[in-house]
Amino acid sequence: MNTLSNPATVSGQPAPVPEAKLSAAPPDHLYLVVVGHVDHGKSTLIGRLLYDTNSLPEGKAERAQAASKAEGMEFEYAFLMDALLEEQAQNITMDTTRVPFRTARRSFTIIDAPGHKEFLKNMITGAASADAAILLVDAQEGLKEQTKRHGFLLSLLGLKQVVVAVNKMDLVGYDQAVYERIRTELGEFLGRLGVTPSHFVPISAKHGHGLLQRSALLPWYRGPALLEALEQFRATPPIAGAPLRLTVQDIYRFDARRIVAGLVESGAVAAGDPIVFYPGGKRSRVKTIETWPNPSAPGAAPVPAGQSVALTLEDQLFIERGQVGSAPEDTPVEARVFTARLFWLHAEPLKIGDLVPLRLGTQQAEARLVEIRRTLDAVSLESNSGPTSEVKRHEVAEVRLRVRRPIAFDLGGRIPALGRFVLMRGRRIAGGGVIDGVLLDDTAGENRPTTPATRAALLGHRGAVIWMTGLSGSGKSTLAQALEKRLLNAGILCTVLDGDILRTGLSKNLGFTAEDRRENLRRAVELALHLAEAGVVVVAALISPFRADRAGAAERAREREVPFAEVFVNAPLSECERRDPKQLYRKARAGEIPLFTGIDSPYEAPLAPDLELRTDRETVDQSIERLADLTMNLARPPEQPFSSPGANI
Amino acid sequence: MSHLDELESHSIYLMREAFQAFQRPAMLWSMGKDSNVLVWLAKKAFCGHVPFPIVHIDTTYEFPEMLEFRAWAKEHYGLDLLVWINQEARDRGIGYETTDPVTVTHELKTVALQQVLAARKFDALITGIRRDEDSTRAKERYFSPRNAEFEWDYKDQPPEFWNHFTTEVGAGEHVRVQPLLDWTETDIWRYLEREKVPLPGMYFARNGQRYRSLGCMPISKPVASNAATIADIIEELQVTRVSERAGRAQDHHERNAMQKLRAKGFM
Repeated sequence: MNTLSNPATVSGQPAPVPEAKLSAAPPDHLYLVVVGHVDHGKSTLIGRLLYDTNSLPEGKAERAQAASKAEGMEFEYAFLMDALLEEQAQNITMDTTRVPFRTARRSFTIIDAPGHKEFLKNMITGAASADAAILLVDAQEGLKEQTKRHGFLLSLLGLKQVVVAVNKMDLVGYDQAVYERIRTELGEFLGRLGVTPSHFVPISAKHGHGLLQRSALLPWYRGPALLEALEQFRATPPIAGAPLRLTVQDIYRFDARRIVAGLVESGAVAAGDPIVFYPGGKRSRVKTIETWPNPSAPGAAPVPAGQSVALTLEDQLFIERGQVGSAPEDTPVEARVFTARLFWLHAEPLKIGDLVPLRLGTQQAEARLVEIRRTLDAVSLESNSGPTSEVKRHEVAEVRLRVRRPIAFDLGGRIPALGRFVLMRGRRIAGGGVIDGVLLDDTAGENRPTTPATRAALLGHRGAVIWMTGLSGSGKSTLAQALEKRLLNAGILCTVLDGDILRTGLSKNLGFTAEDRRENLRRAVELALHLAEAGVVVVAALISPFRADRAGAAERAREREVPFAEVFVNAPLSECERRDPKQLYRKARAGEIPLFTGIDSPYEAPLAPDLELRTDRETVDQSIERLADLTMNLARPPEQPFSSPGANI
Repeated sequence: MSHLDELESHSIYLMREAFQAFQRPAMLWSMGKDSNVLVWLAKKAFCGHVPFPIVHIDTTYEFPEMLEFRAWAKEHYGLDLLVWINQEARDRGIGYETTDPVTVTHELKTVALQQVLAARKFDALITGIRRDEDSTRAKERYFSPRNAEFEWDYKDQPPEFWNHFTTEVGAGEHVRVQPLLDWTETDIWRYLEREKVPLPGMYFARNGQRYRSLGCMPISKPVASNAATIADIIEELQVTRVSERAGRAQDHHERNAMQKLRAKGFM
């Protein structure tokens, strides 16, 4: 029932809408793109669909027929679509056109995307907003370049609902063999792209066969007519179970309040919900959902995906355009470096090193093309051979991009709107891409593999080697284990490497000859350095009695730029022998262990250790305090700023 | 979400993008049904505010009833209304009494629009055009740049996808922002019905006639109709095959009149 609050008068005032039953709910609406090779009959098909479903304005068909007669041409249904003068001159549809039509079951908007090669941008403009696609192929000509290119772009754009129309069956005598050949070939090609057409429908658009109902001329075909196939498609549904992603468009301050305006891309949002904004990770709670003309009632249903929304927050946060409001339990990735598949539309190629504006959701950041892994030929799906330094117009490439400040996104088409971006050149959109991988920030080097610096950025500290030397029983293992615990509690990745660990594993095959001892130590050094390069603080607690061996370890660490400290755990031999925690001194004195350090083999005390711990004079706690200070300093990340918040990766 | 919800939501998104991206946006308003949807959507987008000027290009051939509605709506919605007349052309004697409708439309609408743009330095114009109104409008973008000469380069329109648009202009240029492009005439009526948007009375049948599309008085013709309610109108639209702008004389004055008008800057 209609009631208007405003006064209704006879003249200029708002009309009194008389009481009447409301009109029936509109049918489900589907955006449909028609793609395929030039001249395979797209405009004819669309003209015919409009004509056959009585969707044309009165007189339009008659006028078009009269016009073609006047110009001495045979009438074609394609003329119905060709509204602009240039098209009639060239017989090529120039630009994306949208035409509504409806059947008894549902309404459609046809997006006519051109097949002419240089108009790919229009095809993408059209296809990117479609729910479903008709891929048209000429029965006589079979698969052509654009059949494949458009099929490839449908997969890149994430369009999954596809029906293939095998057109111009009249020109091949409605021959099933021709149809089957195309079905096999195209089905195989699309299958490699992950696109599975719901049906391959044989038609003749020109003569109207197979469009509204199955044709008697195609008795061997058992599937639905084209319109029936289209009616089976669904308008793109929201992603089930996806967490909240709200792209912030703007902040309004019409009064004292700050209103966050944006679009719910996935999930849902309601007053009272916790919300966290990325990049940055600022947390708050939704205070109100702002609506007009009626305020949102308490307990109103959550605002669902696809809806524009305005809300206020409990806290006075500085939120700005570009941020992504998210469910706290499932947040987007925040990073600066990522891999992507991109397509390029601009005449001027995108070159390695180019810095171009990138837009993702409502975020904008300068992006640099860092690497081209390969470019793909959209027709053969083969990699173009040889290394390349640029992505040319109409090429698809697998690339690595780095943005100048962190952006928030989702991977792998999980939430499509948050996983795809456009690149600008000048004021124009010049290309688009889908993010398929995230990389650690590699500010240190353009083409180097992951460096210790990137790991440091990820972990928040550097790897290092704390080399603890001293007699057996001097307290190395006790201190090493206490240090390890202390560091782990401080969030520093740490491990202890001692004689027992080496001798029971990596050096199991070694004995105690001088040569085997040297080899054991060499392995210990290499293992420690490798772990340190991976970001781990390695506490090596090894007697390592010879100065030359320890100097060699320090030298190797310097070569590999691993922070290294020599710690002398010092207690007199008499004290160590008194402690004798493993009864080794007793065994050595009994002759059971030959060449035991301190008994029948020398220990060369460090001349200038980085730290000396007199375990016979200070408590374990005192030693640990000094040891931890040294280690923390060594593991502190370099001064250069690491803006990548590794915790999100 | 229903189809109407989707249309509404996307239009609001577009309007917010325009308001954010441009320094001096304005909205064109004709008091017609589409214009009233546009204002309604703006109120929703901006939480009860319309944060930019509303421009009415007054040809001086407006229906008195529409002018009354204009005064009422300005008050009701709290609009920053700017009425602009190409007085210079009227003074030269341009008018339906003396001149063909294409020229009059060009002078009193397009040139008037150029004048107000130059005077107020608007860099974006939010308009209520729809793709289903006319085949040239069918080819439009949501954000459609116009050069300093007001021309629409329909042969080389910028790509537009994934909710990313052309949002930068050069000096003297502007962008037409067209939030209703995807709406059909039926969608407009269903939405007006659902939202109970106030409308001028001339859209409803009186004495067996109603206006389906409203423009200048001398060139807007009513259609035969008994549709007295929005539900009646929607029912009527399900069966009619007469185009919406059939009653607008300037579109049909000569072959491709609409394209010529639009290439020169008409909406």
